[in-house]
Amino acid sequence: MAVKTEEHHLEKASTAIDASKLLGAFGKLLVYLALIIGAILFTAPWAWMLSASFQPLGDIFNWPPTWWPEHFTLENYRRVIRAAGIGQWYVNSMFIAISVVVLQLFFNSLAAYTFAKRRFPGRDAIFVFMLSTLMIPGVVFLIPNYIILQRIPLFGGNNILGMGGIGWLDSLWGLILPSAVSVWGIFFIRQYMKSIPDELLDAARIDGATEFRIYWQIALPLSGPALAATAISTFTWNWNDFFWPMLVISNPDLRTVQLGLALFVVQNRTVWDVVMSGSVLATLPVLIVFLIFQRYFIRGIALTGMK
Amino acid sequence: MTAIANSKPKNLFRRIDWRETLHLMKKNWSAYLFLSPWFILFLIFTVFSVSFSFYLSFHEWNIAESAKPFVGLENYIRLFKDEKFYQSLWNTLLFTGFGVPLGMASGLLVALLLNTKVRMQGIFRTLFYIPVITPLVVSSIIWKWLYQGDYGLLNYYLLKYGIIKEKLLWLADPNLAMPALIIMGIWAGTGGVMILYLAGLQGIPEELYDAAKVDGANGFQRLLFVTIPLLAPTTFYILITSVIGSFQSFAHIYIMTSGGPLRRTTVIGYYIYEAGFRHFEMGYASAMAYILFAFILMLTIIQMKFVKGDIQY
Repeated sequence: MAVKTEEHHLEKASTAIDASKLLGAFGKLLVYLALIIGAILFTAPWAWMLSASFQPLGDIFNWPPTWWPEHFTLENYRRVIRAAGIGQWYVNSMFIAISVVVLQLFFNSLAAYTFAKRRFPGRDAIFVFMLSTLMIPGVVFLIPNYIILQRIPLFGGNNILGMGGIGWLDSLWGLILPSAVSVWGIFFIRQYMKSIPDELLDAARIDGATEFRIYWQIALPLSGPALAATAISTFTWNWNDFFWPMLVISNPDLRTVQLGLALFVVQNRTVWDVVMSGSVLATLPVLIVFLIFQRYFIRGIALTGMK
Repeated sequence: MTAIANSKPKNLFRRIDWRETLHLMKKNWSAYLFLSPWFILFLIFTVFSVSFSFYLSFHEWNIAESAKPFVGLENYIRLFKDEKFYQSLWNTLLFTGFGVPLGMASGLLVALLLNTKVRMQGIFRTLFYIPVITPLVVSSIIWKWLYQGDYGLLNYYLLKYGIIKEKLLWLADPNLAMPALIIMGIWAGTGGVMILYLAGLQGIPEELYDAAKVDGANGFQRLLFVTIPLLAPTTFYILITSVIGSFQSFAHIYIMTSGGPLRRTTVIGYYIYEAGFRHFEMGYASAMAYILFAFILMLTIIQMKFVKGDIQY
């Protein structure tokens, strides 16, 4: 399939310009030197956060800075868990991110299958209309969606006309449902599903399989890499999102990791030790997901990027 | 299933056969059912939302007040007289005009270096990409620390190597806050550009380099006359998407400078937030969002016009 070869190209330690022939051994040395300096500059901010998270507050302010902890301590982590309550934020963030991933995988792939493999009146019109909404910048949705959440009927003290209460504001619904489908996700999975041979599906149809069964038992298992790529980027995006939770959530018990951390910084400007360990913990899940699924991740970006 | 495909040759002006259409719709009822979960959410949070925003932009809409009068074009007229709006546009242009080209140059450089059969390509790629996946809140916190005037790491190393004479107050200095945000943006954006360029570089056929070699082109000439021109579609794609993204950025500005000092980092995205959620002028904020929408729409149309050509090697 198209995606497979794409990956192959990316993984192949590449081809185009051969440094050794190009500039000789000296040139190769320069290339490494440039890459190493660049990598140090790009990693330094991040490495410093990690180092500081294991240092007592006094040492963090050392001048010159100590890169390797002199007085190694886990106290910062103990404090961010106990005092700041990052545990609850973690539970909330995980619940939101995983719910969104599950809902998106199901809804997106169902729609993607329908767009890719079914013929029905209105299909192309709906598809083109859907794609055209990709042009709308996210910031346009900020205000209307806030008001829509507030007016969801029969939730958060609202009556059937959506008046009187706060609707889905200040609830996890308001964070999960607006992101439960994604046009990009549908488009991406649909492109992948297009390459499934029609004969395979028609054979199942002749055998009397229902459309849902064909989707569930044939199309879905064959779309693994596309599903993985969407799942990973959806998880990362939702875990990292800060702004929408900030607008929607005011109850401290419902804070996400990013929201909790940002508000903690605003309220306790000088507690850098706790802030640093909190930052490490806030990054950990996406970092782990990224390191494990790196190839899917990069392939997904390269593919959506080039389409 | 194949009814539509096999029916008469496609004719745009063919009269729609309503009975046939209805029949096909009935036959394929499950297709509509499959689309419905997506379609309902899409209707509410995208289609209705964007129309509602348009409606809002013609009203004085304060979430705390019950009267929400229709004001016609007043929000738009006010916008064109609002000095803060012009300032935010200017700031957005600065942020984008410097940030995007610099980020693209640095991403291209890394991609070209990585594309030279280096060892440990994967490790370098990962290290350059980590800033991209780092949560924005976390990178803002780290950079806020780096930019600290008294004990920040940046001042320490700049002083140590004699680049500056005295400590700089990066984020608190009206002239340095915007450059500081741009530098952080380059750090956060290089990895993404790098990945796209690496993908673009893989797409250039080896034969073209061989042909250039036969013609006697040296390494630098091959870079200039083969690689760079053939990367043009990639470059164009990255340019447009980065500009669109950059026009909208404001979350890290919210955390790092809150638009200050002296509104020097209030970009348009931040001003929309401020008007809508600080001053609760949701109609006015929607009008601004629509102006931004118009800009981005223009860029998207330009992009589609060019990409249609789909340059082939």
